[in-house]
Amino acid sequence: MVKHEQESTNRPDNTAFTQQRLPAWQPMLSAGIVIPGFLIIGAAFIGIGVALFVTSQSIQVLEGPVFFYYALSNFFQNHRRYGVSKDDNQLFGDTSYFTSPSSSCSPYQYDSSNKPIVPCGSVANSMFSDTFQLYQVVNGTNKLVPWDGQGIAWWTDYSIKYRNPSVTPLQNAFNNTVKPINWTKPAYELDPTDSSNNGFINQDFLVWMRRAALPNFRKLYRRITQGDYAQGLPAGNYLLNINYSYPVVDFGGRKKVVLSNVSWMGGKNDFLGIAYLVIGSLCVVMSVVMLIVYAKFKFPDEE
Amino acid sequence: MGSAASYVGRLCGSEKKQEEERRLRANDRPSNLSYRYANNAIRTSKYNIFTFLPLNLFEQFRRLANAYFLFLFILQLIPQISSLSWFTTAVPLVLVLSITAVKDASDDINRHKSDKQVNNRKVDVLIDGDLRNEKWMNVQVGDIIKLENNEFVTADLLLLSSSEPLNLVYVETAELDGETNLKVKQALTVTGAMGDDVRALAAFAGEVRCEPPNNRLDKFKGTLTVDGQTFALDNDKVLLRGCTLRNTEWCFGLVVFGGPDTKLMQNSGRTTFKRTSIDHLMNVLVLCIFGFLAAMCGVLAVGNALWEVRDGSVFTAFLPRESGAGATFSAFLTFWSYVIVLNTVVPISLYVSVEIIRLGNSFFIDWDRKMYYPRNDTPAQARTTTLNEELGQIKYIFSDKTGTLTQNIMTFNKCSINGKPYGELFDFSGQRVEITEKTERVDFSWNQMADPKFIFHDHSLVETVREGNLEAQTFFRLLALCHTVMPEEKKEGELFYQAQSPDEGALVTAARNFGFVFRSRTPETITLMEMGTKVTYELLAVLDFNNVRKRMSVIVKSPEGKMTLYCKGADTIIYERLHPSCTKLMEVTTGHLNEYAGDGLRTLVLAYKDLDRSYMEEWKQRHHEASTAMDGREERLDQLYEEIEKDLLLLGATAVEDKLQDGVPQTIEQLAKADIKIWVLTGDKQETAENIGYSCNMLREEMRDIFIVSANTEEGVKEELRNARRKMCPDAAEEPPMTTGRAGLFWLQRTQTVKDEEADGEYGLVINGHSLAFALGKNLQQELLRTACMCQTVICCRVTPLQKAQVVELVKKYKQAVTLAIGDGANDVSMIKAAHIGVGISGQEGMQAVLSSDFSFAQFRYLQRLLLVHGRWSYLRMCTFLRYFFYKNFTFTFVHFWYAFFCGFSAQTVYDEWFITMYNLIYTALPVLGMSLFDQDVNDRWSFQYPQLYTPGQRNMYFSKRAFVSCMVHSCYSSLVLLFVPWAAIQDTVRDDGKDIADYQSFALLAQTCLLVVVSVQLCLDTLYWTAVNQFFVWGSLAAYFAITFTMYSNGMFFIFTSSFPFIGTARNSLNQPNVWLTILLTSLLCILPVVAFRFILIQLRPTINEKVRNKVRTEVLPAPAPRRPPVRRISTRRSGYAFSHAQGYGDLVTSRRFLLKRPMKSRPVLFMQTDSPLAQNQPQHYRTIAEEPEEAQSP
Repeated sequence: MVKHEQESTNRPDNTAFTQQRLPAWQPMLSAGIVIPGFLIIGAAFIGIGVALFVTSQSIQVLEGPVFFYYALSNFFQNHRRYGVSKDDNQLFGDTSYFTSPSSSCSPYQYDSSNKPIVPCGSVANSMFSDTFQLYQVVNGTNKLVPWDGQGIAWWTDYSIKYRNPSVTPLQNAFNNTVKPINWTKPAYELDPTDSSNNGFINQDFLVWMRRAALPNFRKLYRRITQGDYAQGLPAGNYLLNINYSYPVVDFGGRKKVVLSNVSWMGGKNDFLGIAYLVIGSLCVVMSVVMLIVYAKFKFPDEE
Repeated sequence: MGSAASYVGRLCGSEKKQEEERRLRANDRPSNLSYRYANNAIRTSKYNIFTFLPLNLFEQFRRLANAYFLFLFILQLIPQISSLSWFTTAVPLVLVLSITAVKDASDDINRHKSDKQVNNRKVDVLIDGDLRNEKWMNVQVGDIIKLENNEFVTADLLLLSSSEPLNLVYVETAELDGETNLKVKQALTVTGAMGDDVRALAAFAGEVRCEPPNNRLDKFKGTLTVDGQTFALDNDKVLLRGCTLRNTEWCFGLVVFGGPDTKLMQNSGRTTFKRTSIDHLMNVLVLCIFGFLAAMCGVLAVGNALWEVRDGSVFTAFLPRESGAGATFSAFLTFWSYVIVLNTVVPISLYVSVEIIRLGNSFFIDWDRKMYYPRNDTPAQARTTTLNEELGQIKYIFSDKTGTLTQNIMTFNKCSINGKPYGELFDFSGQRVEITEKTERVDFSWNQMADPKFIFHDHSLVETVREGNLEAQTFFRLLALCHTVMPEEKKEGELFYQAQSPDEGALVTAARNFGFVFRSRTPETITLMEMGTKVTYELLAVLDFNNVRKRMSVIVKSPEGKMTLYCKGADTIIYERLHPSCTKLMEVTTGHLNEYAGDGLRTLVLAYKDLDRSYMEEWKQRHHEASTAMDGREERLDQLYEEIEKDLLLLGATAVEDKLQDGVPQTIEQLAKADIKIWVLTGDKQETAENIGYSCNMLREEMRDIFIVSANTEEGVKEELRNARRKMCPDAAEEPPMTTGRAGLFWLQRTQTVKDEEADGEYGLVINGHSLAFALGKNLQQELLRTACMCQTVICCRVTPLQKAQVVELVKKYKQAVTLAIGDGANDVSMIKAAHIGVGISGQEGMQAVLSSDFSFAQFRYLQRLLLVHGRWSYLRMCTFLRYFFYKNFTFTFVHFWYAFFCGFSAQTVYDEWFITMYNLIYTALPVLGMSLFDQDVNDRWSFQYPQLYTPGQRNMYFSKRAFVSCMVHSCYSSLVLLFVPWAAIQDTVRDDGKDIADYQSFALLAQTCLLVVVSVQLCLDTLYWTAVNQFFVWGSLAAYFAITFTMYSNGMFFIFTSSFPFIGTARNSLNQPNVWLTILLTSLLCILPVVAFRFILIQLRPTINEKVRNKVRTEVLPAPAPRRPPVRRISTRRSGYAFSHAQGYGDLVTSRRFLLKRPMKSRPVLFMQTDSPLAQNQPQHYRTIAEEPEEAQSP
């Protein structure tokens, strides 16, 4: 027996793996699976589509909470050179990058007198600077619609990604630096009304710094959540006061403001609902087509 | 490999100028050292510790793909261009380089080890009059060394003296040329006289002048000058490194060539790398992709220029230009930036993955138990791991005969004695019973001298012999006497026969087992043990075999003084010389012969004649005169032979089976069904080859015609080929239908393809070696190819190794088809190397064929499993892999291309950089590997059931340029969906708390998640065979994606590497949104559903053979394997396989004293070591001489 074993030392192992006999499922695109599958998917899609579409249609301005957006078009926040033109370490509050900002910020790294720009780079420099006030015209008088500029940016941006240097007062951290060229006030004075909303964690700044994916975008400006308007804007005349300072005509851009509320599926966007409806219907149509093809040709089984 | 080594050699300046003549003096180290000949140390390793890194990197960067990625990496270091962080290219590149480097290093360490082992072998060297045990590497040219039995020859030696008489030594050359039979070398008498006298040897001061080192194994030219006398040296006096000393106690030799100069080393390292057609296609495609990449980047660069002029120039308030950078310069930079961004169309992981898949599939071949041969414990082996998918595309098989189709074992199978047939079994109803392994065997234990390996099944024959039947006894006595076999009796009763042809051995062995044991011979006598009693016959004459006589006779005188002539030969020849009284017996015997021939057996007819004493005396006198005559000796002898070989009395006939390897006919049938053409190329003579053709069903009686081309002139061959062609296909044009095309990397190679033509029936073609020589000439080769390709079966006989290779080259050149050559001997090496795939039959003869082969296994029948199962699967897997891989990368990349139109052509990537880095390396690597390692359309048994499944591979159906283009179109669609559906879904929308979701980072995350889901689902769709491993890989990769994504976008990573992970929080903020998931679902289904619908409809309309069989698998159970058909009895008048070798017999040697010198006096170890191998006993010396080797080396 020993001898026999010795002789077969080279015999390969008999396992399902080495012999390529692993148990397996071998699905096939058969009529029994594909046609009902398309029908079911079609039905499900139509269902989802209807739900989405109805939800999207139900989004109105007049029910609260209402959000106020500004929108820009033809603005290339997604340009690569624009996008890299900032210094994450500086924005993280690392003061060593205040004195020597990253070269990626160039040409907004240093100003003409060779002083470091904080926050540096094109993204910060091009921060949207228009301001708005919304009034309801009630009996001829303009009633300011109160809104809230807090909590409009991502929590992670506000608490982690962007930080002010731990220097008090904040202003001291910015010694020997200059504000971005297009800015009218330095970073530590962005919100004169709320001292905790200054520096890199200023909500408007954070919203701007989260650059858009597409050249036409809208950004959240304020939320109307308080007072009389918490349940939405009642029907009536409104006045929007725009403090116009941001130039867009030069590059053929346009500015827009949008008032909207949201639903479980986010802001108003009919696309998803319509797409689901269309594709669901196409699936149903396809399943009929495939049924016809199948009935007519079948599977040429012979041979 | 070799080129690199020589390159390094040149770098180091160590290459000496061409040596013109080698001069050396024995025992004179100082003078020999002055020539600076290489010593006996060898080095096959490529690197040492210091050179490893630079050399290995240099070699790796010579590969186009690696160089390309290095170039990309350098581009990325330029800040203006760098559109991606450096790590996106560096990480994969470093990974690939280091994996390859580790593999190379371990290979090289193994080489170092084996070098060390060889270099440290010990040998006795004669230094300063003493024999010292030295390491091999310290042996110098000019040293005298002593070798002992069974030792490897240390270097190329001039043989000086040996322990054996006449200064002979026996060497085995298996390592050198693959032959296991021993070769004899003989020293010069002048040196041989020194014997083992160390003092004489130490004083020996011979001077050798000889040719410079070269790789010709069969040639050696030189002179030895001793004491002013000059002796010529040739190959017979040289022992080559790589040989083993056998049956020789000791010998002394003078080192002529050492280490790298030895012929063994000069012959190694010239292996040409084979590449598969998929490789070539891949190279072409990669080039196309480069072109395509350049085109894409060009378009985007132009787009960038336009954007810069139109939009960029006015957008400067927010995005200032670099100083002095105009639109043109920006476009130029953009071009390179996009080269970086879009580089993933040529993924570095492609080559690595392809290698891994091939390696995996090679392991499956190694592991296959159904290709393991238990009898000699040989598993199949994939020696080249880069050719697997080509196994699924074979169109032509070129097979050797002896040892490949046949076992080269002749068995005495049947016989007809005095009109009574023996050797078949019948059941009670008189039906023929098939003989199998289990059939009861005849017990020969009554015969002490019987060969235990001899198997016979018909008991009646033994009984007849033992009863004392006179004819039966004469029959076997004849077989025991009439032959030229040499016996060897190592121990009392342990006989070994050395026969010139295996047939003879079989016949003598049969006689031995039936009680007529051929015991020994001297030039004058033959001693038999006849039924246990010792009888010595006096051998009066041997009338030897030759090709014209086709018979052989002996005349012997029994102890009683009776003189008898025993004759065996071809039936037609013997029948002419029979006594008229035998007519009736002749008719019966002819009937038996027809049956034997129908079974494909080799037949011989036996006859005898008692001789008159006085006539014999007188004949002998004349015979003596004739054999000593100065002129016309041959003719006079022939006449004498004719005169005495007449009025013979018929004894019967023998049928010897040239045993096929197991399952050969079935394999050939299967392969034929798979539309593979099999050509047999054999060194054997025509009859034998034809016979084998019949017995393995390649030639069939039902064939319309079998053409035999054997003309001796070019014109004649041409005529024969043309006639054959006209008969097969009368309407064909005279000029061969050719298509010309271009192939190769830059379409530089011109190709000419001879189209396939259909014959109007089944035909066979047998072509002879000398005709083949003409047919392979420039003028006739296309004619040959046309004719041969129309035939079902082509058999080339008596071909040289060089011709074998030429035939393969011819088919390769004009058919553009994938070829496979299978063989077992050194004579097959050339064709094994020439064919796309070389297969060696291992475990039998020498190793040469196996060593130069790409795949090896022990039995021809495993070929069908190698091709129909492993090959088919490998091809399927590779093609599925490539289609999927290109799809996945194009889809990935095209999204960038579309996005460029919306980001100002700024080379902004859509995805996170880390995702780009890990997409190929981690997220999609394992699922696709899992698919390409485990996928199978139907299992092996169904593959055998439907050999037609093999044909798509031959026609390149699964992956071609067309398939590639369709991949690209598919990718185009998917990428458009992948960009615009997420776009539309997040355009102008916000999260459910009103915050931003249309930002770049969320969009990137959404797009990359969609992409990964889509390619994973697409993979599922492409996978035919779902094992748990596949499931694990797919789900595991998706899980890994989410896990890694959440990790990389986590606070912790941002705290540690602030600037490297800017996507902090993105995953948390967008993946909790229902509309994000709804978008992912929508995108995935929108990508997948059309594919499903399209494939479904295609299956209904035009199902491929695979789909048909797969459908069958679902609905039917596998039919039980067809019961083995009982052999159909055929009757044939076709005789073949004259049971002699085609060479002149050993008659001369047997009767001359030379061959028998000293043999009985000394009990020497048996001449052949592997005596249980039947081959050792009766190896026919066809073309198995090294003389053929160098010719093939010259042929490209």
